[in-house]
Amino acid sequence: MTGNRVSYTLDSSLESVNTAEETAQQFATKAGFDDDEIMKISMAVREAAVNAVLHGNAYDPKKKITVGFENTGASLVITVADQGGGLDVNNIPDPLQPENLLKTSGRGIFLIRSFMDEVRIRSLEPGTELTMIKSIGGRAAEGKEASK
Amino acid sequence: MTMKTSTRQVNGITIVDLSGRITLGEGSVILRDMVRDLVTKGNKKILLNLGDVNYIDSSGIGELVSAFTTVRNQGGELKLLNLTKKVHDLLQITKLYTVFDVKDDEAAAVGSFK
Repeated sequence: MTGNRVSYTLDSSLESVNTAEETAQQFATKAGFDDDEIMKISMAVREAAVNAVLHGNAYDPKKKITVGFENTGASLVITVADQGGGLDVNNIPDPLQPENLLKTSGRGIFLIRSFMDEVRIRSLEPGTELTMIKSIGGRAAEGKEASK
Repeated sequence: MTMKTSTRQVNGITIVDLSGRITLGEGSVILRDMVRDLVTKGNKKILLNLGDVNYIDSSGIGELVSAFTTVRNQGGELKLLNLTKKVHDLLQITKLYTVFDVKDDEAAAVGSFK
């Protein structure tokens, strides 16, 4: 899979969320991750796809989501983009704060950040693109530690 | 695998056995409807047995929180039983493990309701 890059353009539907999750699971499996990491990667992609379909495109049939997968050899780079109204990255509530603990939503981005080594959020015209990176063999995690 | 549910009564406690996935558009709606139905019918002591729930996403977590607050706001209690490692870990990192009363023994859980 090294160097492989694939991209899918999907409808704004729950089926697309499941497709993105299943594709991520297959991609992570082929990259050699263990079951625990595969679950984390596929769940991060599911959460990103839910955000794109539900919050970004609001199930608008005219809008699409784009999900991209790349194995660079050193890491998996997964992007999920929507065509919605955009996400205010400076105004994402912390779901761990006491006042937010009993809220019924708002944990998606937190879980993505917990499960992936690096997460970038970029505004598009229109929409939002989430880039999620998971190192193969824990190299990015070591880099994180080294930079502290 | 979509979620399946069944309910049983033990010493006045409603035990809901759940299996499968609690995710957006699948298990979350089923769970919400079931808990609301139970509370409406006066069953306010609820033990959710998650022993066969192998996957839960943030929507599912939100639905557990919603179920918890719905029951509590009606003067009842909702507790969790038999968390799988995946669900346990999710509740830990979201700091919800301390919010929910989590049990791993059914008889003890049934006896713990007020």
